[in-house]
Amino acid sequence: MSHLGDLPPVAAILIAIFVVCGSSLALLGSIGLVRLKSFYQRLHAPTMSYSYGTLLIVLGSMAMFSLLEERPVVHELIIGVFMLITTPISLLMLGRAALRRDRDAKLGHDEIVPPRVVPEEIQSEALRDLSQYGEGKLDRGLLSPSSHE
Amino acid sequence: MTRLIPHPLLSVALVAMWMILTRFSLGHLILGTGIALIAGWTVERLHPPRPRIRRWSAIPQLMGIVAWDILKSNVTVARVLLLGPNHPRFHSGFVEIELTLRDPNGLALLAIIMTATPGTAWLEYEQQTGRVLLHVFDLRSEDDWQSLVRDRYERLLLEIFE
Amino acid sequence: MSANLILEYALSYAQIAMVVAIGLTCWRIIRGPRAQDRVLAIDTMYLNAMLLFLLIGMGNGNVFFFEGALVIAVLGFITTVCAAKFLMRGEVVE
Repeated sequence: MSHLGDLPPVAAILIAIFVVCGSSLALLGSIGLVRLKSFYQRLHAPTMSYSYGTLLIVLGSMAMFSLLEERPVVHELIIGVFMLITTPISLLMLGRAALRRDRDAKLGHDEIVPPRVVPEEIQSEALRDLSQYGEGKLDRGLLSPSSHE
Repeated sequence: MTRLIPHPLLSVALVAMWMILTRFSLGHLILGTGIALIAGWTVERLHPPRPRIRRWSAIPQLMGIVAWDILKSNVTVARVLLLGPNHPRFHSGFVEIELTLRDPNGLALLAIIMTATPGTAWLEYEQQTGRVLLHVFDLRSEDDWQSLVRDRYERLLLEIFE
Repeated sequence: MSANLILEYALSYAQIAMVVAIGLTCWRIIRGPRAQDRVLAIDTMYLNAMLLFLLIGMGNGNVFFFEGALVIAVLGFITTVCAAKFLMRGEVVE
């Protein structure tokens, strides 16, 4: 890799730290996707790789190409801003879809979720206590025959 | 002015994006400006609720708070992942909070903030009651999420949007 | 010289880590157990693939991998939103 020799040593070490931290965060997010038990817990795992993982790698890439080409290269920022806006939207839609599917009795309750608030009934009530929900059922696997019934 | 450029923020952002993606030249500037104007007119046809930003000075403060919270929350989630999800001190659960914020743009921004933070996920907003269903990754019984959200984010968002 | 060697190793580590992350998300896609888990895993896989492209571009000193990463980011967003819409309503365009 000949082009790496053009970088000043301090910048090279800084970029290395950025890249290692960012990719470790992204890897940790994917490990969370495998290890966590219920869907709603897994919904939190990709935000780790998306928030600071993407930020650190984008910053490292920006610094590296700016130093190599000796002009400010900022087009990686577009990826950063784009991910900043879009990933929460997709995760939000996925969460709502999962909630709707879990409330639908025909699909079978794999996970116990709080029921929908009926506006007429709840108007005067205090905030509901939801402590009995949310631990999730165990991941029963794809091939067990009764997983959707 | 408002007929020609109905959404100035969007148009400026599009021109900036076009100039960043291509090398700077006069031709690209004209092309990018044309695309930004056409995109502005197209968005105007869709009649979105126009954001009215009252206080620009609160935006950097909000961005700083959000960046710090996301960093803290990253550390928390990473610790839980490394300890293992079967650790006895780790609970996740649903939380319901009530908002006074009604502006749709402010609500969208709050939803993006809550979802972008690794510890919390925004699941459902009930328009009539203003209640939000959150899923919290590391739920401790002593945390008061209602006042946390209200004091940290909602106050600033109310200042910005209403 | 040694600083550049450190950066080289760091980039290699990061690329291997991203490939491992893509493998883990593939495991979640295959295992499921439900449709929303698979869509979430596909979203994460797109994200990791985008980061991998950025890292390969850094390793080669080639700016043009950036455009591939941008296309992957856009495609990933549209895929996830369409799939979530389909899961919610049963159809994509109403």
